[in-house]
Amino acid sequence: MTLSSSYAIDAEGAADADLRKVVSARRNRDRRRRQLIAVLSALVASAYLGSLMLGSTTYGIAEVAGVVLGDGDGGAEFIVGRLRLPRASLALVVGIAFGLAGVTFQTLLRNPLASPDVIGVTEGASAAAAVAIVSFSLGGLLVSWVAVAAGVGVALTIYLLAYRRGTAAGTRLILIGIGVAAMMQSVIAWQLERATNFQLAEALRWLTGSLNGALWRDVLVVLTAVVVLGSAVLLQTRALAAAQLGDDAASALGVRIERTRLLTIVAAVGLVCIATAASGPIAFLALLSGPIAARVVGSRGSLLVPAALVGALLTLLADFAGQYAFGTRMPVGVVTGILGAPYLLYLIVRVNRVGGTL
Amino acid sequence: MTINQPAAQPNGGPRLEIEKLTLGYGDREVVHDLDLIIAPGEVTAIVGPNACGKSTLLRSMTRLLPPRTGRVLLDGKEVHATPAKQLARRMGLLPQSPIAPEGITVGELVGRGRHPHQRVMSRWSEADDRAVTAALRATDTIELIGRTVDELSGGQRQRVWIAMALAQETEVLLLDEPTTFLDISHQVEVLDLLTDLNRSAGTTIVMVLHDLNLAARYADHLIALHDGRLHSAGRPQEVLVPELVQDVFGMRSTVIQDPISDKPLMLPIGRHHVVALDAPS
Repeated sequence: MTLSSSYAIDAEGAADADLRKVVSARRNRDRRRRQLIAVLSALVASAYLGSLMLGSTTYGIAEVAGVVLGDGDGGAEFIVGRLRLPRASLALVVGIAFGLAGVTFQTLLRNPLASPDVIGVTEGASAAAAVAIVSFSLGGLLVSWVAVAAGVGVALTIYLLAYRRGTAAGTRLILIGIGVAAMMQSVIAWQLERATNFQLAEALRWLTGSLNGALWRDVLVVLTAVVVLGSAVLLQTRALAAAQLGDDAASALGVRIERTRLLTIVAAVGLVCIATAASGPIAFLALLSGPIAARVVGSRGSLLVPAALVGALLTLLADFAGQYAFGTRMPVGVVTGILGAPYLLYLIVRVNRVGGTL
Repeated sequence: MTINQPAAQPNGGPRLEIEKLTLGYGDREVVHDLDLIIAPGEVTAIVGPNACGKSTLLRSMTRLLPPRTGRVLLDGKEVHATPAKQLARRMGLLPQSPIAPEGITVGELVGRGRHPHQRVMSRWSEADDRAVTAALRATDTIELIGRTVDELSGGQRQRVWIAMALAQETEVLLLDEPTTFLDISHQVEVLDLLTDLNRSAGTTIVMVLHDLNLAARYADHLIALHDGRLHSAGRPQEVLVPELVQDVFGMRSTVIQDPISDKPLMLPIGRHHVVALDAPS
């Protein structure tokens, strides 16, 4: 039984005109969305290319292409191939991972404050890494594994602490998460107190987030996470759109809400922790990307892809600014921190006043 | 008290039955051992005081809350064992306070009602467009298509939410207090709209209503719950009697015939302003 047949008594012409109205509204929405995503993608591509070409020495597109294809000359080969290419690539994949994970949390918990870097997941991974480096003198890949495991553990702890009556309520989860984040921050501070000079340099990266000394190995790990976990999240796009209407409405629309929630949160936590293990916690990146994407594409479908692009763009630009815009070289996390802190304050004031969603 | 359930084997129409259903949250049991049959193709209103289990019952009917014991059956098939999307193509629910994402347009919100008809990666189909158009036309919201939901009035917003539920194209539509927070003219407007839908498309409608008199006027079948148990069920004339109001709401009242609709009209008897008391039973 369809409604369309039961309303056949209406004048055919009026019904057709209305159908055209509906179709054109949808097509306009889709077209505008595609255009905006294309613009974002072009900006990401230019920022990526820009960070390969520009710097203390500037190379042309031909030279950069030469290096990428494997026949660059010595100087370009070292600066572009060894320094800039892995660094820009790591910025790209880490930005996608943080942006996608942040917007997934924000959408699912229906609150812009519910970003993994506000509720302690990122801080958990960082704190564990700092402990591993300073107290246990671990290094290399082992530190990354510890960071991932700790981030997942912290996410699970927050979820269990917030769990009540068969569901983890958004606001409870955020408040508990902010508390956990503060605890983790103090663990990091304590570890830095006891660190030797040599360890300090290594451990500091876990405090602010930095792309210094980016390795291809890290790029590959994060890229794999983005492909595998990112697709897992993207496959839930429609379920997430329904979940935004509330658990009851989503369930009535045929979404298995607990399953969707578990799947996307696990994937998002994985993305955040793996990215944190590679670059450290780039401050506020996960928090900022979703709301900026929402400003850009508005309410035209899912924010997952736009937020991933915004995350990549922010990371590339902030890292470039950190290297060249100030007298001294600053890690990317310091730049995003300066951008993000006022925004976080604004959000807290606004959410307090109107109780907004993303 | 009357318990007059509709025939279990009706001709055509979805058969929605509740068998020995017990529901609860945590260690609190909310609905106890409930047996109900929903009249197919009719408008049913569920009434009862706050916290009598009305909303809990609706949530369980769309498999949101698993039963402690007992079953909910749609055409003999257990609802909680039916795949989520398959069930959502037959039975929809408009919750009491659904959330509109900030900045969402009417067209997009109504389109979300198509979720159970879409696959993970499928494209938007012509059937989707037609269903959205029909839903917007039925609720007279087609002119609002490009507006954001935030800027609508309460009455318009409720019509848009109903449009979303209609776009789902289900044979059964459950509504949890669809008239709450609306002023009286919009309450009547929403109930008229649901009656239109029932008469023209034959949709089985089950709604939880607060207002006894509007429930009696608009429902073909009235179900009264008290403390998670069935108090009475049947035609409004059989169910809405002073004994029900006394048992369920603990209030004296008298019931007259509504001069507008021939349905029963309940007049409460409080402690004040009672001048002509015609010996209520």
